[in-house]
Formats: sequence, structure tokens, C-alpha cells
Amino acid sequence: MTESAVAKKPRTSYRIKVEPRLDEPPAWYPAAVSIGAILLALILGGIVIMIAGGNPFASYIHIARASFGDIGVLSDTIVKATPILLTALACSVAFRMKLWNIGAEGQFIMGAWGASAIILTPILPPETSRWLFIPVMVIAAMAMGAIWGFIPGYLKAKFNVNEIISTLMLNYIAVSWVNFWVFAVWTEGGFQMSPKFPVTAWLPRLTDYGKAFPLLRGLTTHGGLVLGILAAIALWFIVYRSRWGYEIRLIGDNARAAQYAGISITRNIVYVMMLSGALAGLGGMSEVTGVIHRLQTTPLAAGYGFTGIIVAWLAKLNPIVIILVSILFGALILAGREIQPSGVPKMIQGIILVCLIASDFLLRYRVRLVRADAEE
Amino acid sequence: MGEQYGLKVDPRAKIWQLSVGEQQRVELLKMLYRGVNVLIMDEPTAVLAPQEIEGLFETLRAMIAQGKSVIFISHKLQEVTAIADRVTVLRRGRVTASGVSTKGVTRQELARLMVGREVVFFVDKKPKQPGDVVLDVKNIHAENDKGLPALRGLSLNVRAGEIVGLAGVAGNGQNVLSEVITGMRKCTQGEVILSGDKVNNRDTLFGIQHGMAYVPEDRTHVGSAPNLSVTDNVIMKKYRKTPISKGGLLDMTAATNFAKELKQAYDIIVPTVNTPVRLLSGGNLQRVILAREISGNPNFMVAVQPTRGLDVGAIEGVHRLLLTQREAGAAVLLVSEELEELLSLSDRVYVIYEGKIMGEVKVKSMEPDDSLIEAIGLMMTGTPLDQIQKEGVTSHD
Repeated sequence: MTESAVAKKPRTSYRIKVEPRLDEPPAWYPAAVSIGAILLALILGGIVIMIAGGNPFASYIHIARASFGDIGVLSDTIVKATPILLTALACSVAFRMKLWNIGAEGQFIMGAWGASAIILTPILPPETSRWLFIPVMVIAAMAMGAIWGFIPGYLKAKFNVNEIISTLMLNYIAVSWVNFWVFAVWTEGGFQMSPKFPVTAWLPRLTDYGKAFPLLRGLTTHGGLVLGILAAIALWFIVYRSRWGYEIRLIGDNARAAQYAGISITRNIVYVMMLSGALAGLGGMSEVTGVIHRLQTTPLAAGYGFTGIIVAWLAKLNPIVIILVSILFGALILAGREIQPSGVPKMIQGIILVCLIASDFLLRYRVRLVRADAEE
Repeated sequence: MGEQYGLKVDPRAKIWQLSVGEQQRVELLKMLYRGVNVLIMDEPTAVLAPQEIEGLFETLRAMIAQGKSVIFISHKLQEVTAIADRVTVLRRGRVTASGVSTKGVTRQELARLMVGREVVFFVDKKPKQPGDVVLDVKNIHAENDKGLPALRGLSLNVRAGEIVGLAGVAGNGQNVLSEVITGMRKCTQGEVILSGDKVNNRDTLFGIQHGMAYVPEDRTHVGSAPNLSVTDNVIMKKYRKTPISKGGLLDMTAATNFAKELKQAYDIIVPTVNTPVRLLSGGNLQRVILAREISGNPNFMVAVQPTRGLDVGAIEGVHRLLLTQREAGAAVLLVSEELEELLSLSDRVYVIYEGKIMGEVKVKSMEPDDSLIEAIGLMMTGTPLDQIQKEGVTSHD
């Protein structure tokens, strides 16, 4: 900004020159640019808060305290971050291959339905032990999510159907599908929700160990976090250290080169969409068995799949970075409620995203201040 | 207005309903309607059928009669001599003949002006007896991206231990041919046999597994993944096998070591093997691609314009690598527009024109041979070899 101010002075004829970056910037540079972008976003957000009549510093301190202030709210932050983490992982693997899976939301919901079906059909009786319940539900959720990813993947591979449209539409179908089941089949006394799950089908929470460790009492962080972190590590290995991941990265960077290297693109479109769906489905299972404890559309379809898109993008599709960014977003969601139900925190999320995407420009181009007369 | 110029088009038809020739007529009408005085046409006949070409020529003559000027860019000599009053010949961005009247010039002379006669690079090519036929292309028909026929019954073969050149003006089907051979494009007719196996209309993987190497013309869009590292780029065809692949996982240490070896052996100038290849110069990137392709010890290799855009030093390096392949007994198909490159490296040269082979010549000596160059020039512009031989190289049109 200051540079353009200088450039406008008629006497010193400087101008800003933008040129493509030919060399590789140092390793710290991308991280520094990202942090700079987040700071800029917070400043811009602060200005908006000020215009809205609030004190930006007080607001930010409040946000920080309400999300990281003590172990209780930190735990709540993590609870919010867990579904985002899994949907972001789902988006990241699809985006890596330039498949714009906007359907993590639907795959998440279908995963939740798949896990619930084990309990509510019932496929396993309520007395089943936790150690059987959880693995079976994980598999069912991932399978349902994978099916919800397979449909757009197959359509894309076979008929070149635009996956943005098909995944988006499948989101609505997923919500209606779950609504149908909770209204008609699994309804509890006519309310639009299923009966509560048996405790053995709940993902263990920290508070469950409150008797042994009093410190953990009241903490709702659940086993979904473990699933999420394991999934992130597994995904990192798949993407960066496996043959399949190599194919995904190659197709994502240059599909023609991948074809040249003998890689089937259509097959990988289907597989990657299924993996993406399975990860989102796992997120749905974690949410429904870790937090809600019953099948119910309203708290389930809270837009985690869409937040996952933003988080995946912010983390530059790196599964490990996604863990950190989703915790940041968990905090924003949680603390946001303290300030305003929807407006400001959502807006800050949006500003952060815009700033980070714009900052990509600085990684690709170098901005230099040159004398106008040096041009000739 | 259409009738005035002999450009008959149904004015109510939608553009997609028209044939390519009719679409071109619409385009011409648009120009005339805007009151064009100088019309520039770049290879306007490439998409037209012979009768349509005659129609186009009539239109152009009508325009000229009305005092308009036409610049007609083409590599087809018959057309140029048929329509133009004066000719300017360009070679590699330089004018080699300017404003020559078509009345007083022969096609042979024009062909020579087009392909030139420059000093042949001196390369250390040892005489070598070629072995068995490795690649046999039989009567291939294929279409380009627009669905137009690009190859029309093309046949050629390449033997072990020989470099076979494919000469031709760009866009006469060379790329489509290389894609059909490597399996990146399906052909509609004919077959490609690699050491006894039919390889056309399978996927590229089959060719790779049967020792086929491919240096594509487009280094950045086909031959490499720009944002991936040198390591990732050199393992493109090796990541499926040990030692780089270990039970579905990649052994990154093995991959890095392999990349470092290639960096050393092929003089790839790059800070580390983790550098993304988009930061490499053209010559370095080409070395990465050649290193990858040659390190697979191919028994057959297609190289399309391997030296385009490279500086002299890099060109020499590429030539040396191609000759080493010949020494090692591989069959090499070298597609190039540089005649001197073809003549200095190849044992035989085919000439392609509009998806067909116009003829095949043997390169006997390293000395530039005038009649040979003239014959290739004529073939590149559409005269088949048997016709040249019938007419004799000195005959005039």
C-alpha cells in the first residue's frame, strides 16, 4: 500500500513492477506470506468490527479467551475442529487431483447415516461391546461416504459430468435422505430425530474417564479426534509416500503428463472421489457418535463440509497443516458464537480465505519497486 | 453478397450445421462485409477438400479483380504457384526470397529456398548395419483433436540400431503419429507393431512396459509435471518397479539417489533434485526428459522436435544422446523440421505431407547433397517421390 503511495508522487517517478518469480523462494517464505495474510485479514476484520461499533482488540481477545482460554473451552474448540478436520482431509485429496468435490457435506451426512444404520436398523444389538461397535460403524460410515463419492466420480470419469454440480446436488439428496429416515423410519415419538444411541455406540470422551482422572471431568473431546489425526497421518503417507499418491499428484499437476506416464486418469478419478467420500463419511460418523449421539439433520448438516473446503485450501492441501488450520477454524466457530451468532466470525473466515488466496500471488510473482526511468 | 463473390451459404443456417468449408466462407463474408482491403489467410486450405479449395481460389480471384489485396500463407507449393502473383519465402523467421514473381520461378527453386542448405552439423556417426525391424507402422489412419483426418494410410518402419528421420512441415500429422505409436491416441485403422506386439489402441502403459521411450514435442505440457520436483519427474516411468516402489509405497531414498545419479550422468544443472522442474531452463528440462527416457534402456524411442528452442550446446548434447541410443542398438524415430539435423543424424529419412509418406530416402554420406535436399523439399511441399523421379530433379513446371 505504501509503495503505491510513493509511486503516485509525480517527482519521484517510481513505479511498481510485477514480474514472475523464476527462482525458488526460500523455505520460510511461503509460511511468512501466509502468516502475513492472516494478520492482514485480522486487521481488515478489526476495521469492520470497528465500523460495526465494536472494539476490535476486545473482540479478538474475547475470541482468543473463548476458544483457547482454559482447558474446557480448548476441549470445545477441538470438538468443533474434529468434523472440520475430516471433511478438510476429504476435500484436500480430491482437490489435489483438481477434482472439485463440493460434496463433502453430503458425504459427511451419508457417513453419519451409515454409522447410525448399524445401531438403528439394528444391525448390531444395543448390548454390543464398544470394541465391536466402533470399528463396524467406521467401516459402514466410510463405505457410505465412498458410495456418495463414487457416484459423481463415476459420472465424471465415464460421461465427463461436471463434479462441482453433481457433488453439490448430492448434498441436498443426502439431507433429504436422512430426513426421510428420521421422520419416517427411525423417528422418536414423531420428532424429527432418532432415539438416542446406546452408550456403547458412543465414541469415548475424555469426560468418561473423569472418575479416574478428575482433571478430565466435563471435557467433551471425543475419539473422533484420534480418528482424524490418524486419518491425517495416513493421508500424508498416501499422498507423499505411496505409488497411488504419486499418481494423484502427477495427475493433479499435469494430467497429460500422467497419461504419458501410463496412468489411467479415469480410474483414479473414481478412486480418489471414493477416498474423499470415505474420509468425509468418517467425519460424519465421528460427529454423530461423538457429539450428537442420535441421528438428526439439524446439528449434523451444519456446513462442516463447506468449511472443510476452506480449510483444505488454507492448508495448501497438506494433511498435517490441515490439523492446525481446522483447530483455528474450530476456535473461530466456537468463539464466534460468543460475539454474534453468525455475522462477524463468518466474515472473518471469509476475509482470511480471500487474503490467503490473494497471497499466493506473492509466491508466484515478485513485486519490485523500480525507477520509471530505469525502464527505458 | 454471397453470390457476388461466389460464396454461397444458407444465411439462416446455424454455424454448427455448416461444413468447415462453409464456415470459412462465412468468415470470408464477414471480412468482406467489414470492407476489408487487405486479407491475410494463414494456411486457409488445411481444412478444405480439393473442390472447396478451387472454390476458395475463385473467390480470392474475384476479390483481387475488385482491387483487394490478399496475403496467402501456405506451405503447399502447388497452391502458391496457382494463386499467387508474387512469393516471399520465409525460413526460420528470415526472408530468403522476397517478391519473386511466380511466373519466372520453378517449384524446385522455391522448395530449395524453403528448406535451405545449411552447413550440416558434424556429428561422429559411425557406420552401422541396422538390425531387425523394431517398429512397424502399417497403413495408419487417425484423426486429430478436431476430428479431422490427420493420418491417411501412413506406413513406415524403424530397425534396431538406426535413426530414422521424419521430415515435414509442422502440422502434417507428425504429432498425431507419435501419439498413435505411443498409445496416447487411438487410430481408426491400421496397426503399430513393436517387436512383434501390437501396441496401437492400447494404453500408454503397454508401450512403456515394452521398452518404448517417448520424448514429446511439448516438454512442459506432456513431458513433465512442472510443479513436481526433478525426482518426481524422473521416476515417472520407474515408480512402478523396485527399487523405487516397495509394496505400494515409494522408497524416497532410492528415488532421490536415482535422480542424483541422472543429474550427474546427464549434466542436469539444478540446485537440488527437489527443485520443481518449472524453474529449469529448456535445455535442462530436455535433459531431464531424455535422462528419464534413456535410463529405461529403451529398444525403441520416438523423439519429436527434441532440439526445438535449445541453444547450440544443448542441441549438441541431445544429438550425442540420440547417437548413443543408436550405438546401443535402439531403434530411434526422430521427428524434426530441421533438415540439417535429420540429415546429419539419420540413416534414412521419410517425408510426411498431409498425413501420408511422400517418400523415403537413404542418407549415404554426411556431405550435403543438393539433389537430396531438393527432393526432400519437394516432398515436404506435396510432391511424391516417384513423381519427382519421373520428372527428374531438374525438370521445370
